[in-house]
Amino acid sequence: MAVIKMKAAEVARKVIENKELFILDVRNKDAFEDWKIEGHNFDYLNIPYFDLLDGVDEILPKLPTDKDVLVVCAKEGSSLMVAEMVSEAGRDVFYLEGGMKSWSSYLEPIKVGDLTGGGELYQFVRLGKGCLSYMVISEGEAAIIDAVRFTEVFTNFAKEKNVEIKHVFDTHLHADHISGGRHIAEATGATYYLPPKDAEEVVFDYTPLEDGLTVKVGASEIEVGALYSPGHTIGSTSFIIDSKYLLTGDILFIDSIGRPDLAGLAEDWVGDLRETLYRRYRELAEDLIVLPAHFMIIDELNENGTVAKRLGDLFAENHGLNIESEEEFRHTVTDNLPPQPNAYQQIRQVNMGKITPDNDEQTEMEIGPNRCAVR
Amino acid sequence: MEVNQVLDAKGLACPMPIVRTKKAMDTLESGQVLEVQVTDKGALADLTAWSAAAGHNLLDHKEEAGVLTFFIKKG
Repeated sequence: MAVIKMKAAEVARKVIENKELFILDVRNKDAFEDWKIEGHNFDYLNIPYFDLLDGVDEILPKLPTDKDVLVVCAKEGSSLMVAEMVSEAGRDVFYLEGGMKSWSSYLEPIKVGDLTGGGELYQFVRLGKGCLSYMVISEGEAAIIDAVRFTEVFTNFAKEKNVEIKHVFDTHLHADHISGGRHIAEATGATYYLPPKDAEEVVFDYTPLEDGLTVKVGASEIEVGALYSPGHTIGSTSFIIDSKYLLTGDILFIDSIGRPDLAGLAEDWVGDLRETLYRRYRELAEDLIVLPAHFMIIDELNENGTVAKRLGDLFAENHGLNIESEEEFRHTVTDNLPPQPNAYQQIRQVNMGKITPDNDEQTEMEIGPNRCAVR
Repeated sequence: MEVNQVLDAKGLACPMPIVRTKKAMDTLESGQVLEVQVTDKGALADLTAWSAAAGHNLLDHKEEAGVLTFFIKKG
């Protein structure tokens, strides 16, 4: 029977459309438990490929015949080997092209909504890593917020939409993934903005992203306004777009809040985080739609695949916004934190321009979940 | 340490280092030692887990100039 290649893009559609899929993950148990392809209707079997060298007979009865079976490994080689064995045993089977590396890299652009005067707002969902980037488009121009390192996805999308990228922002100095912001700005002549308090050690030129800074995008002059909102980092800055959307960076997520420790200063920043979440955000209109820079679990995705929710709803439902006692809040965000993201210190160095690893090394650094939140 | 056989799996990508290692181990007697040289970084986690699962004893490993060398005693 056939061995069929499945691309990360096809897996992404299955996640977003809530399709069924059976994943035979042949990586090590540790790797699988740490990080896997998440889907609402996905089932899993984890057996390391090296336990299947003598044959797949033992697992055949566990593979369903009424849904697609996708074999997944780190890079591809082992999944192809196992898929061929399963196929020789008489079953149709898929394998993931490029393995978890390609899954970690894949970006799906989804339209979040329309803006004043024919503008549009897109969210680029990196399902494998849980990263969210944004592009504001308005007649002829675009602004990008929190771009991941696959810069061509953004520049090609801008070309397709016939817009010129004028402004590129990072809400903060990222620790879980490598930013593409600076490189997009270099390639397009756009202005690259970074909060100065996060940028004390960077080795390149940037435009300071200060509280209250406003840029207007395109003919309909869509307003993108900066709101200083420290706590995840000391420079963390949010954006209000077209008086309708609140881009929260890594401060506030749908089902969790930002962790204050990734730059090593949890104790110092917990007060800032409290102030941002419990005072600055409280002063904003509850009808703003929150658009974070990450999601952690697949349940945070809406039906159309976007990650977005009304601020007022988050005030009611997000546990991190409902901790009355400051002491308990401090305890929640500084004690018993989850493990830090893979290679987070190196990633910070890359984002400061201090080291420039090649593409394979960057891929390796970014392996695993983002882990920027605390619940 | 007495090494009974040396396997050069340098330049091979996953899953071949483990496939070759298993084949080589199948030719050894219990208690004999196989030295495996690989360049695929993923082999560290995989050979460690495979050895444990297959009942072999991973005596030692080292990394020099991008080459990982493993010493595995057959169980």
